[in-house]
Amino acid sequence: MAKLNLLLLAVIVACALGLVTSQHEARKLFAELEREHARARDLDVEFGRLQLEASTWGLHSRVQKIAVEALGLGSPTPAQTRFVARAHPR
Amino acid sequence: MSRATQGLVRLPAWRARALLAGLLLGFVSLSARALYLQTVNTEFLQEKGDARYSRVLEVPATRGRILDRNGEALAVSTPVKSIWAIPGDVELGRAAKRRLEGLLGMSGAELDRKLADASRDFVYLKRQIAPQTAQAIEDLRLRGIYEQQEFRRYYPAGEVAAHVIGFTGVDDSGQEGVELAYQDLLAGRAGSRRVIKDRLGRVVEDVESIRAAQDGRDLTLSIDSKMQSLAYGALREAVREHHAKAGALVALDVRSGEILALVNVPSFNPNNRARLTGAQLRNRAITDLFEPGSTLKPFTIAAALETGRVTPRTAVVTAPGRMSLARYTIRDVHPAAVLTVAQVLQKSSNVGAAKLALAMPAEVMWDLFRHVGFGTAPELGFPGAAAGRLRNYRHWRPIEQATMAYGHGISLSLVQLARAYTVFARDGELVPLSLVKSGAEASGEKVLSAETAREVRAMLELAVQPGGTGPRARIMGYRVAGKTGTAHKEENGRYAADKYIASFVGLAPASAPRIVVAVMVDEPRADDYYGGSVAAPIFARVAQAILRMLAVPYDAPLEPLDAPHGSDEAGEST
Repeated sequence: MAKLNLLLLAVIVACALGLVTSQHEARKLFAELEREHARARDLDVEFGRLQLEASTWGLHSRVQKIAVEALGLGSPTPAQTRFVARAHPR
Repeated sequence: MSRATQGLVRLPAWRARALLAGLLLGFVSLSARALYLQTVNTEFLQEKGDARYSRVLEVPATRGRILDRNGEALAVSTPVKSIWAIPGDVELGRAAKRRLEGLLGMSGAELDRKLADASRDFVYLKRQIAPQTAQAIEDLRLRGIYEQQEFRRYYPAGEVAAHVIGFTGVDDSGQEGVELAYQDLLAGRAGSRRVIKDRLGRVVEDVESIRAAQDGRDLTLSIDSKMQSLAYGALREAVREHHAKAGALVALDVRSGEILALVNVPSFNPNNRARLTGAQLRNRAITDLFEPGSTLKPFTIAAALETGRVTPRTAVVTAPGRMSLARYTIRDVHPAAVLTVAQVLQKSSNVGAAKLALAMPAEVMWDLFRHVGFGTAPELGFPGAAAGRLRNYRHWRPIEQATMAYGHGISLSLVQLARAYTVFARDGELVPLSLVKSGAEASGEKVLSAETAREVRAMLELAVQPGGTGPRARIMGYRVAGKTGTAHKEENGRYAADKYIASFVGLAPASAPRIVVAVMVDEPRADDYYGGSVAAPIFARVAQAILRMLAVPYDAPLEPLDAPHGSDEAGEST
């Protein structure tokens, strides 16, 4: 009888310790999840900002200005354009 | 009796019982207390406990982005912070105050003024500042100063697409344009969740999600920002050159009904709306009505052809270039004795158009006008899309039927006019318009026979040849079909003698149309006010660029176009 009780005591202590560790683990993992969520949000914000930046740098009027003024480019005239047939029509 | 018990004093039995009873009593009172706490008082206690570690957090939702058809951003929300304070709680040391002033970019006096009224519970110190600055303020850990997350909308395309996209208010809800039209789709729904926080304020456990946050969805428009920008540039230049009051341009993809470009001049910068006038805000192409003038003639002629009573070669007597009806006189700029139906369109003869109109029942004309969408607002989902004015044929007087033949006494928006021209581009089919990218071929509604549509298209091609009214609309390498319009402006119920609206609507390439472009210039003030000299060149410039971007093959020989001179170009009065 006493032996069984001792065994049960040992089991319950083990269980209790297990619960504590798993709770601790859960919290640690949760903290990590939160961090990753925050990172995902930050990255999304960053993506939006970069997209905005890309749009601003790639603004048609700006590209055109640089192409014409700095690089001396211009639109091809129809005389300079050749149309080629697509090898595999879509 | 053993020796061990011999030396012991035997205690009275009541003492053991008393002890037992005492212990039992203790247990009973403990269980009673537990029962009381667990059942009767549990709610109150739970609340108190929760209040110490559980918190409800707002989960912000971002508004969807607006993209052009190639995925380029036209409107993006980025998070910003607003700093607010409870004036009564604020205690600022000298050093802290100086740092705060620096970060907020305001003077000490200004800050003092904002914090002066200690009875208020909420004062914005500064709205919409960069997250980095907000972080720096948070790091100061000042009492009574808080921050809140907000979003600010940026429009990288600026004034170029301002009217199409519109803008949002401070509360991040759409107020104009697509931002308003697609508010439900774009708007996110902020959520909230209950969490457990530890002593240091870190979230340690998610208890429940009260409401999941839902980010707004991205919206891909049919607009091509390159074409849009090109069209805007061309239109702005022309409006400046002709000292015009305003202008608008719409470009449609004939196959899908998508709006490729929709621009208005004057425009505004949606990122900085400090000084806006109503004129800048107006989306003329969609919400403004105008009397189209001669650009409406093709529909009169199409209706006449549909009756089967005339063919493009039927002669119409237009001598002496005037026609009196009731108290009015209809005039031609270039009087001719006899014109064929095709020439009526080519030379833009008002008398010819009026005679053709009067030769058919009013109902036929009204029917076609109604079927090509005049008098009904286009289903764009756009706020304030105008329906135009088309009165029921039962109330038409002959003079009205005659003036309507050349586009007076009827009003419509530029978008309606552009859409109506798809009838000629698609062999009689009217295509539904779309501001959202579909990429698919749209099925149209048959309103004209293919034969009539092709005949009118051929006439429209003549109208841009030398001898027609719009030779400046020609593009090298492509066959163009189109019609000019020079309408007197109606002011206070009367036609102003020196105020015009110059317009041009055209389609290209004429052999297999891909695009319709409609241009309208309001009150060109230089000597030239004809649609053929003001609006047609804008069409040519924009249409050429769009055709190149769409890689449409040439359908005309690559011969340089000779500039039209004097007699080549027919003027017009409507």
